[in-house]
Amino acid sequence: MLWYTGKRLLQMIPVFFGATFLIYFMVFSLPGDPISALYGERPPSPAVIAQIRAEYNLDKPFVVQYLLYIGNFFQGNLGTTYSGRSVSEVMASAFPITARLAMLALAFEAGFGILVGLIAGLRKGKLFDASALVVSLLLISVPTFVVGFVLQFVFGVQLGWARTTVSGAAPWDQLILPALVLASVSFAYIVRLTRASVSDNLNADFVRTATAKGISRPRVVTVHVLRNSLVPVITFLGVDIGSLMVGAIVTEGIFNINGVGGTVFKAIRLGEGPTVVSFIAVMVVIFVLANLLVDLLYAALDPRIRYAK
Amino acid sequence: MTQLVNETVNQSPSTDSAPLLEIRDLEVGFRTQRGIVPAVRGVSLTLYPGQTLAIVGESGSGKTTTAQAIINLLAGTGTVTGGQILFQGRDLTRLTPKEMQAVRGSQIGYVPQDPMSNLNPVWNIGFQVAEAIRSNSDVRGKVLKQRTIEVLQEAGLADAADRLKQYPHQFSGGMRQRVLIGIGLSARPKLLIADEPTSALDVTVQRQILDHLATLTRDYGTSVLFITHDLGLAAERAEQLVVMYKGKVVESGPSQEILANPQHPYTQRLVAAAPSLASRRIQAKKNQDAPTTEIFSAGGTDTALIRRATDRELAASGKALISVEGITKKYRIRKSGLRYDELLAVNDVSFGVEKGTTTAIVGESGSGKSTVAKLILQLESTTSGRIEFDGRDVAGLTGRELLNFRRRVQPVFQDPYGSLDPQYNVGNTIAEPLLAHKVGSRKERQKRVLELLDQVSLPATTQFRYPSELSGGQRQRIAIARALALKPDVLVLDEAVSALDVLVQGQILNLLTELQSELGLTYLFITHDLAVVRLVADNVCVMQKGRIVEAAPTDEVFEKPRELYTQELLGAIPGANFEFGR
Repeated sequence: MLWYTGKRLLQMIPVFFGATFLIYFMVFSLPGDPISALYGERPPSPAVIAQIRAEYNLDKPFVVQYLLYIGNFFQGNLGTTYSGRSVSEVMASAFPITARLAMLALAFEAGFGILVGLIAGLRKGKLFDASALVVSLLLISVPTFVVGFVLQFVFGVQLGWARTTVSGAAPWDQLILPALVLASVSFAYIVRLTRASVSDNLNADFVRTATAKGISRPRVVTVHVLRNSLVPVITFLGVDIGSLMVGAIVTEGIFNINGVGGTVFKAIRLGEGPTVVSFIAVMVVIFVLANLLVDLLYAALDPRIRYAK
Repeated sequence: MTQLVNETVNQSPSTDSAPLLEIRDLEVGFRTQRGIVPAVRGVSLTLYPGQTLAIVGESGSGKTTTAQAIINLLAGTGTVTGGQILFQGRDLTRLTPKEMQAVRGSQIGYVPQDPMSNLNPVWNIGFQVAEAIRSNSDVRGKVLKQRTIEVLQEAGLADAADRLKQYPHQFSGGMRQRVLIGIGLSARPKLLIADEPTSALDVTVQRQILDHLATLTRDYGTSVLFITHDLGLAAERAEQLVVMYKGKVVESGPSQEILANPQHPYTQRLVAAAPSLASRRIQAKKNQDAPTTEIFSAGGTDTALIRRATDRELAASGKALISVEGITKKYRIRKSGLRYDELLAVNDVSFGVEKGTTTAIVGESGSGKSTVAKLILQLESTTSGRIEFDGRDVAGLTGRELLNFRRRVQPVFQDPYGSLDPQYNVGNTIAEPLLAHKVGSRKERQKRVLELLDQVSLPATTQFRYPSELSGGQRQRIAIARALALKPDVLVLDEAVSALDVLVQGQILNLLTELQSELGLTYLFITHDLAVVRLVADNVCVMQKGRIVEAAPTDEVFEKPRELYTQELLGAIPGANFEFGR
């Protein structure tokens, strides 16, 4: 297991460099000039432009820019945004908010998704199952922003249970509604995955044998059906952590949250290479670590999977 | 074994004691969109305390459904639609789920068919056994662990204490079946339902496990309801037989009587076809010391098999068509890190196959027999040694010559479900080798397909059907027809009849020997089942752990087996204790 974990951590190195290089390259080749984008209608004097270009290394060749950036990155200097704030400062304010939002969403989709999927799988063909399928299909097919606006209108405006927008500090309780919106699509997928997996496992030979031992039905379901059904769900959750961070752009937009999604979106529009790349680099690391965690969880759930090799 | 059976017979109680289990007119159906499809139609049987009763039938006969109905474990939409299941006078079909839960495990134990799929892969063995004990008693904590170890040791796992924390995938099939038997008997139930408990295992392991099960149930005074498709096995293991066919009981009574004097035509066919019994009969006939062997209407098939064997003996040229000299196959198995282990799958194996004869390679799983088949078919390359076909070394064959070799040596594999393309109709499947080797025009190929279908006794209309519409036996006939398409000299039959029901097995074996004498084919027959060998083979090579431990003509192997291992294999054929001359 240690050997495996070590190997996976080593694999992160090429992934890190590959991802940052690609992103840097893409931002570099975006059309438009970042400085004129920054100043808008009234372009500054050529001298000012040249000074800014030199300050941000924009006058150097692409590869040199990238290497200078990476060098700074490892010294803990993530550069500054074009508006003068340091990127690390922006990160420190944006990441905790998004992390809270993602964690809440993850808890909702995993908790409710597995529960609803389990019940639907046990009552296949009954009313609960049919409604769960219809609702999940709706959530998958309707775009997130529609779900977002509807919930915002119903709970925020009509019922007044929640704030329609989130304050700057974004405390946990204000994030509940956005988290529900963010979780909605994944919730639907988890319901369907769990349901299919549970109904498959219900027909497994070992479940019949367990019943023949004289164990109660609830125990057969929790001990012999549920645990076996979780492996595909865990896989999905691992991949989903990535989309929770990225997909948050829409949700953060609706509820006016100053999280990672919104910041990256703004940075891309402005062509702020260092900001985009730094954020993406951190996201890549989180994504890779999350998937490593999922793979280790696999082994815990299914003893046939061992990573000795 | 004879002694053991006799003991149980002596112990069997007189019929005036109350029956333990009495099934009356049981009807079970499966709910479908077109109404209820009956699977069990009016089955009645009676089992007394301490007795063993076997239900025999082929797949689809309703034997497993009957057994599962007893403890309400019917699959999917199955429901009891009529009749009674009286267990100690109580009708089990009327129990509430809670009451049924109390009966399961503690009153009626269950040993399922397939040891590979019947243990939950994600829980360790100790947990799964302890769970069974917990749910049927108040034993907890240290005592529970002690009891778990005891249960496993009784079931034949000597090192149980050290293996509690291991998972099912770390156990062999035989060991897993022992665990399942331990679970089934853990609460000392009055009745044990054993549903084909050893069908998935090697013959010698099957024998060990059934012997052990017999000892345990005798010691505990447990009645056993034994479900099997093998009549020989059933008769050997149970004093009472119930023969089921299409959801109905066609015959029941004491085993020896049914075997000696089958009344129903279906039972007669079963007795005639079951390879285990047929091999015993042929052995008896060959020995000649059994006065009358024609006690079954079955004699016809046996005589034909013996006659064909004699014909082959006379026709044998004495020249080897295939000759194998000292072949060895090593596999590299990756271990942790960059290290490799070497596995010697085939170790210095030599034998020859004469034209027009059948050579059987017998062994248990892992003995290397299938690897030998792959090496001869040139599907894998040998590590060392030499394989000659018709006087030429096959190792160096390439291009046209290899193609030519493949045309003359054709395989038939075990699984008739997996070896046919479900998207191809039968005609295309059979014509495919012709197409691949560019033989004949479209018309000629079509003609050849019909000819082949006729040879394997299938109607011409079969060519338009798809594998999913056919039974296992029909599919295996098609696989044989496909192998014969190119008019090969040699068929390599890798467990070609192992996946089939006994009746179908008998038919296919008969077909194979018929085709052999008609077409002058040479067979290399790979199997784990010595009973089948007796029916078709002229020479036998017994393999164990990659080596040939004994090679001799079939008669010699059956009459005077030299090696202990061969003797064990022979002893494992069910039906050893029947007297055919009676």
